[in-house]
Amino acid sequence: MSESDSDSVSREVAQRVFAAEFNDASYTFKESDDDRAPVYLLLPTGERANRVFVVGTLTETEDVGEDDEYWRGRIVDPTGTFFVYAGQYQPEAASTLRDLEPPAYVAVVGKPRTYETDDGDVNVSVRPESITEVDAATRDQWVVETADRTLDRIDAVDDAGNEYARMATEEYGDDLSRYSDTVIEGLEGLESTDELAGDGDSEPADESDDAAAVPDPEAQP
Amino acid sequence: MTELRTHAAEIAEQFSDHVDVTEDEVETKLQQLVEEYQVPLDEATRSVRNSYLDAAGLERDDISGGGGERVVVNEIDQDEQWVDLRVKLVELWDPRSDSISQVGLLGDESGTIKFVAFETSELEQLEEGQCYELSNVVTDEYEGDYSVKLNRTTTITEIDEEIEVGDNSETIEGALVDVQSGSGLIKRCPEEGCTRVLQNGRCAEHGEVDGEFDLRIKAVIDDGEATHDVIFNREATEALTGIELEEAKQLAKDALDTSVVADEMRADILGRYYSVTGPSVGQYLLADEFEQQTGSVDAESVLVKARSI
Repeated sequence: MSESDSDSVSREVAQRVFAAEFNDASYTFKESDDDRAPVYLLLPTGERANRVFVVGTLTETEDVGEDDEYWRGRIVDPTGTFFVYAGQYQPEAASTLRDLEPPAYVAVVGKPRTYETDDGDVNVSVRPESITEVDAATRDQWVVETADRTLDRIDAVDDAGNEYARMATEEYGDDLSRYSDTVIEGLEGLESTDELAGDGDSEPADESDDAAAVPDPEAQP
Repeated sequence: MTELRTHAAEIAEQFSDHVDVTEDEVETKLQQLVEEYQVPLDEATRSVRNSYLDAAGLERDDISGGGGERVVVNEIDQDEQWVDLRVKLVELWDPRSDSISQVGLLGDESGTIKFVAFETSELEQLEEGQCYELSNVVTDEYEGDYSVKLNRTTTITEIDEEIEVGDNSETIEGALVDVQSGSGLIKRCPEEGCTRVLQNGRCAEHGEVDGEFDLRIKAVIDDGEATHDVIFNREATEALTGIELEEAKQLAKDALDTSVVADEMRADILGRYYSVTGPSVGQYLLADEFEQQTGSVDAESVLVKARSI
């Protein structure tokens, strides 16, 4: 980092990213050899994320731990599902997941974590620093803000010196149309996706695909 | 002070960090040039300054030039710069030390800044509400806060115009992503003039004291591009969370733990979007006004943008 001393310890910005893009990311990197240097997840639209801010509908919580409690939450946005995992090292987030009654709108601040499955796929999840219940207006605000940020990133991909975009093209290819499409879907869905106003039955019902996504609780720091 | 003496003091101050020099010595040299050799004072000053530059092996740029740059107060972002200001004395505070002659707040259209004048500088006393041109003040930095020091070489000129003082306010918008430790129900040191927050019942300055309860929130607001540290004082905290001091004390009493207050507040504010306006003090923005943002962003215009890509 080229910043002065006072800036070098500055807090990592929380990136706004839709689930569809977040879950496509798999490449992580550090920018220095220091053990404590932050680990970044490279987003397909060409940005590094050491922290994310997500608002969506918590549709399901489950204690997937064996000995200790280890809570998994599914958080749905207009483009897909974020998985969050909280165990003994995230006691506040874990107790929020334990106490919340889905469906509920939640805001999550957390760190991206990647986990390689036995068959070589990389799953991405969020290790929450905080989870709080919020209202529909906050969720709508997040969808629009995240759409806007995503478009800005797509727009900046061809900018000279956009190092992360260059890395993203190498890692994931250069077809970003999928992400501009999800942005449009997300925005168009704003008025019609008021899950909580309904009877709560609209949550995704798939139970089968997530067993592999469970990171090893023992691998937490 | 005579004009010659003022110039001498200015030169002595400039070189005091670099060479062993006294005002008297500089004055003698100036006097010789001006009185014996009939050199104009400006030229004499230049010449004497150059002789000290040579003696110290310095370049002109290495020392603070006499007659600093005219700046507005919120431009000040470096330590030990010599600057000129055009300011109104907004308020005087009580000096906490005998060595300080005057301390208070100066302001111009850009905002306000603290100033200190020392007894040893023997300057004329400034008056609250009066506007001045101050030449040759030195900037100072402490933990990211800037102030200016008046010194022997500072010239003070009263001006008749009225200066509108700005309020340093800025507005930030973003998601509240963290409530930091030291938030919620806190205790402050009750000693006169000390408002330090106690750690485990101890004040860093006054040791173990019987603290006074207060409310505050230290939060981080993240706009997706940068993070901002924001402090909500008691009044702002009460308005933000709906939890008043008395209620907070009761919550803590019932739980036998003050941390429940911060937990309760976290649940109310984390993850929401806010617009916050207030002055910046060091790294912090002090929240004077704030508003929760709900749906203030324009989905239509973002949709148009998306379709145009």
